[in-house]
Amino acid sequence: MPVRPQADVAALRDRHPHHFGGSGRDRYASAVIAGGAVLLLLFGLIQLGFFDSRLLDGLGRLGEVVVLMLPPDAGGWAHVRLYASALLETVAISLLGTLAAAVLALPLGLLAAKNVTTARVLHFLTRRSLDTIRSVDILIWALIWINVVGLGPFAGALAIMTSDMGSFGKLFSEAIEAADHRPVEGIVSTGGGRLLGIRFGILPEVFPVLASQVLYYFESNTRSATIIGIVGAGGIGLHLAEAIRTLELQQASFIILMILITVAAIDFVSNRLRFALIGRRGATA
Amino acid sequence: MSSPVVQLPEAQLRPLLAAYEASVRVRRRNTLLGFGVLLVAIGLSSVSAEISPSLFAAKIGNFTSYIGRLFHLESGALVFTDPVEWYWGLARWVRLLGETLLMAYVGTVLGAVGAFFLCFLAAANAAPSRWLRIAVRRFCELCRTVPELVFALMFVISFGLGPVAGVLALAIHCLGALGKLFAEVIENIDMKPVEGVTATGAPWHVAMRFGALPQVMSVFVSYTLLRFEINVRGAAVIGFVGAGGIGMDLLEAIRKFYYSDVSAILVMIVITVSLIDTLTGMVRHRLIGLEKR
Repeated sequence: MPVRPQADVAALRDRHPHHFGGSGRDRYASAVIAGGAVLLLLFGLIQLGFFDSRLLDGLGRLGEVVVLMLPPDAGGWAHVRLYASALLETVAISLLGTLAAAVLALPLGLLAAKNVTTARVLHFLTRRSLDTIRSVDILIWALIWINVVGLGPFAGALAIMTSDMGSFGKLFSEAIEAADHRPVEGIVSTGGGRLLGIRFGILPEVFPVLASQVLYYFESNTRSATIIGIVGAGGIGLHLAEAIRTLELQQASFIILMILITVAAIDFVSNRLRFALIGRRGATA
Repeated sequence: MSSPVVQLPEAQLRPLLAAYEASVRVRRRNTLLGFGVLLVAIGLSSVSAEISPSLFAAKIGNFTSYIGRLFHLESGALVFTDPVEWYWGLARWVRLLGETLLMAYVGTVLGAVGAFFLCFLAAANAAPSRWLRIAVRRFCELCRTVPELVFALMFVISFGLGPVAGVLALAIHCLGALGKLFAEVIENIDMKPVEGVTATGAPWHVAMRFGALPQVMSVFVSYTLLRFEINVRGAAVIGFVGAGGIGMDLLEAIRKFYYSDVSAILVMIVITVSLIDTLTGMVRHRLIGLEKR
């Protein structure tokens, strides 16, 4: 083996001081931040009871739970049919909630977009209310709607609608603000009014983006729709929570498997649709 | 100031209009077809989800009156008139909210650390072995598709009621989501530094440390902060299944119709969430700014 010439580190250090030292203050600051983060983590772990003896027992029991979950088994065809119809209900809740949210959010998005709504106050108020709606979790909305329309999938669809209205309103307004303003000017110059300008100048441009966002939310809502059943708002979640609470763990893992397959299928279909709507370029939009 | 718009003569106009019609017809038909399919889907879903407009019309009054009742005290006065009565449980709620934030923090950090170690194995351009990569990818997928609440239910069985179950559920979900995002970031890096380090004879982990890591660190931190925002929201409701945080008190207040307590806790959550969003948003913008420099 040939002896490699050793680099003259001291000379290199002289020539490129920038690459060696780093600025001292930056290093100091990041060390302090990292140290603080670790301390906070330790404090949190202690405070939340991670160093109890319960943790080790719990790990053992978790192992038992996982073993009990295998293999997935529905426990009879009647159950399979029940779960399948509940799963369909979940997909239905998600579809209706998402669509209703999109329809309601379109005018809100226009109101919250700076280039459409010139009244600063109106724009600001719409933004803030959308933010408030968004920061209340979908499960809380589900509980509120259960109080209003009673237990069942209808409450779930309304919960998804309310919670997504906030997200869609924000996303739509951002898409509209990013739209090119020249088509609108063109339409206004031919004598079209503001409404016509929005209809023919802005909507055709943003519609594919909005549609792809709606599809994306449909996917993610199918996941959320599985959990709102846990508080009683319809769908597969009720059965899943029940199976776990009554320790029918093989059934629970069967339901989880069904959910995974359904979500994967919906992902696949909606990806296809998204590509068809906006072409490859919008794949990440 | 009206300027006359030039009108084309009828004879010239007709072929133009016909061409326009022909070009739009196919698109119109497709759009109509799409709407038809959508309508059928909506109809079927409405039956399955027991949608009932009449029930909605009959009960929508309940919604507004429910929201109204949220902001009235037991005595019937508006909550804002007597903040002391409204926030009678402030000390307890602040403690629970603190616990919620701590749960979100610990869950995010544990998940991010796990994702950090997994993502190098899951990225197509960095993974040492193909099978390992596929296994890690599937594992991350499983972790993020199963909802947090389901993990929380299972952990409550094994670890008992309390924040430990919630933190672990948040951490696992976070691991799945961040593992995927981190791996995608690594797949987009410039491979030349990694090749350069490898060419000096460095083993894999050194190549990753000095070739890949400096390129991705700020993006990783930014994604982790984003995830922290999401986890704060998640931690607030994970108590619904008994996994710690303020969710347990909120669920109890909603179920037992303690209206003013519900609004008090909700207002606290909304304010905390927007504060955290603003703070992390500022940090993230600075990080991205650093990157561009």
